[in-house]
Amino acid sequence: MAATVTADQVEKVVYDALAEIGPSRDQLKREATFEELDVDSLDLAEVSQVVEEEFGVTLKGDDVENLKTVGDALDLILQRATS
Amino acid sequence: MSRRVVITGVGAVTPLGVGARTLHERWSAGTCGIEDGEGACADFDPTTVMSDKEARRADRFTQFAIVACEEAMAEAGWQDGLPYEGERVGCFLGTGIGGVGTLEANHQELLERGPGRVSPLAVPLMMGNAGAAALSMRYGLRGQTYGIVSACAAGAHAVGAAARAIQAGDADAMITGGSEAALTPLSKAAFEALDAISTVGISRPFDARRDGFIMGEGAGVLVLEEEEAARARGATVLGEVLGYAATSDAHHLTAPDPEGSGAAAALRGALRDAGLEPGDIDYVNAHGTSTPLNDRSETNALKAALGDHAYKIPVSSTKSAIGHLLGAAGAVEAVATILALRDRVAPPTIGYEEPDEGLDLDYVPGSARPLELSNGRPPIALSDSFGFGGHNAVLCLQAGAS
Repeated sequence: MAATVTADQVEKVVYDALAEIGPSRDQLKREATFEELDVDSLDLAEVSQVVEEEFGVTLKGDDVENLKTVGDALDLILQRATS
Repeated sequence: MSRRVVITGVGAVTPLGVGARTLHERWSAGTCGIEDGEGACADFDPTTVMSDKEARRADRFTQFAIVACEEAMAEAGWQDGLPYEGERVGCFLGTGIGGVGTLEANHQELLERGPGRVSPLAVPLMMGNAGAAALSMRYGLRGQTYGIVSACAAGAHAVGAAARAIQAGDADAMITGGSEAALTPLSKAAFEALDAISTVGISRPFDARRDGFIMGEGAGVLVLEEEEAARARGATVLGEVLGYAATSDAHHLTAPDPEGSGAAAALRGALRDAGLEPGDIDYVNAHGTSTPLNDRSETNALKAALGDHAYKIPVSSTKSAIGHLLGAAGAVEAVATILALRDRVAPPTIGYEEPDEGLDLDYVPGSARPLELSNGRPPIALSDSFGFGGHNAVLCLQAGAS
């Protein structure tokens, strides 16, 4: 099952979760930093819940702390989901 | 000479609408905001004041507090920033239950989708200090800030404690008040289980037919400042907190002491703190819940504390217009009281028609009436609040010189 997860699927789930929290859709791109999106650790904890439910990937506090951009998050989730 | 505490801004969100003056004017006009047996803030929209994200990070009780605070601060002339060092401004905000709506929604998630779906926002939204914390962060209040929890006395306790903080020199200004958003399935069922709620859906304090209170929601917020500092910055003074006292019944978990002795002690204490005699009081904004027990014991307490003077002054209940706002009630009533004093009017106890035996004070039936003043000074009122647990808190308030 894990091998079927694609980058597009991860992007859709993460973008949907972020849009629910605050940033507008047109702000959501790989290069965007969480700081400029005003997305903090509490927001990322919410996103992590959705990601865990969708892909079975657990993101711990340390993982999330090191994420600077949306692309960082997408890459980490895809890597965990397909490994 | 002790430091005096003046009120320079008031704000409210109530079932009569957003705005302290909306509350004051509609209640004075005899308008009742209760519909279908509850006092809901039906048209409340938090995003008129805060961003979607801020609203999402605030339980409804905190949203009410933010909107009421925004109004109070604007009236005080604080809209462009604090006129004092942040460390010299604190916030005490009362609530009965805090973010019970958040608690219920997350408990539902827990049952339906498991522990992994309980929100990371659940704790910071439902904690009883969430409202005080939100105001501190939003406005940069870096003095002492915390929640005050004493059921239906919380709003009055908060205002009284905030005044004390200024008098003691711990702060130069305080944002204070109370907020409640407990019209949720669990808390409604819980109050109904206590037989505390009116079965006919009518709030008519002191009336012989009263059969319980009507639950309401909303917030009241006041800006308090040390008097000399307020004058020095040219603030408009709406009124003054002349006195405050709080006592406890040590009698029963929910029922008031029938003689109202704890309440009477608090009323006397507030008078003593203000340096006044019963004859100095022009108006009483009663707790007046519309429950059989409260309205009787409160009447007894007023007679015990004020003697014959209790019969000579108007005594009316804001809860006849908006229901019982629980932990917000005392603060909303302080707001309503200060505006009533300012306009020299005693708003009515709406729905009061049939006198009950022994409940023989002037409850201002029918419609509002002018406050009659004997000595030319700005009018003075007592606003009392009592909470489950036997908590009694009384504020003595005076309108500012006009």
